[in-house]
Amino acid sequence: MENNQMNTSNPKIDLDFRRKQNAEEMRHQVISFALMILFTIIAFVAVGAGFSAWFTVPFILVLAAVQVAFQLFYFMHMNHKGHEAPMLFMFSGVFFAIVMIIAYLTIIWW
Amino acid sequence: MQAEEKMTLEQWPAAPERQTLEAKNKFLGFWFFLGGETVLFASLFATYLALKDKVPSPDHALAKDLFEIPLVFLMTMILLTSSLTSVYAMYHMKNFDFKKMQLWLGVTVLLGFAFLGCEIYEFNHYVHEYGHTFTSSAFGSAFYTLVGFHGAHVTFGLGWILALMIRNAKRGLDLYNAPKFYVASLYWHFIDVVWVFIFSVVYLMGMVG
Repeated sequence: MENNQMNTSNPKIDLDFRRKQNAEEMRHQVISFALMILFTIIAFVAVGAGFSAWFTVPFILVLAAVQVAFQLFYFMHMNHKGHEAPMLFMFSGVFFAIVMIIAYLTIIWW
Repeated sequence: MQAEEKMTLEQWPAAPERQTLEAKNKFLGFWFFLGGETVLFASLFATYLALKDKVPSPDHALAKDLFEIPLVFLMTMILLTSSLTSVYAMYHMKNFDFKKMQLWLGVTVLLGFAFLGCEIYEFNHYVHEYGHTFTSSAFGSAFYTLVGFHGAHVTFGLGWILALMIRNAKRGLDLYNAPKFYVASLYWHFIDVVWVFIFSVVYLMGMVG
């Protein structure tokens, strides 16, 4: 049965390897958490500093997009194998989201 | 290897959240749901952006009058940290450490309640200090629908994670409930994804003008 497979015939080696792999992943997740905190602080400081809206708005939107990418790919494991279908679902969701936001803004403003 | 069979650390698979057929279906279905949620929240964001600061008379409070940096910053930090604690919980799930997983899920739930408390305080403050209510203006309706819908997701997520923790408290980890915990943590991360856009688009852009 495909579902019953173990990774190697020796469970002990398998276990050590997996623990190492999980710890490695945890390290990446903590780094991405630190970067997310940093980006959040930069975004708040940029708004508090009172630059022109033409600079601040695109800048904080880019920071938000980067943060969300960290969240999706590291925290939600989209960088792992076997996430082709989630990628398809999320990217189609994002596509429709962008179309919808552009449509609402242009229809109501112009 | 039956789904509800008692497992040992040696038997525990590398990807327990996708081991059984049911788990694979759950994983796929949940990501499909998250794709749909993205579109749903996009429609609320689009409505908010179109109706922002649309008030019937000049005595109504606008976005730049309402929002305050310190509270939003605190709420953002709480929710971001709760996302990390649920990552810790899934790390222990993969290492078959049920007690530590429960502990970190518990911390996640506490942070979630702290976030919710801040949000209730915030809404209450807007209503009583500024008269900014759901029915006071198109801006008010769009604001409370978007932010309140996110708050409702937080509430639902708290109930979900708590129910899983209590239901499985004496059962321990097996291949039947590991995917349930995993999917609940994906949901919690998605709530944080939405919040990143709420604090950027609603609060920070609101203060910029």
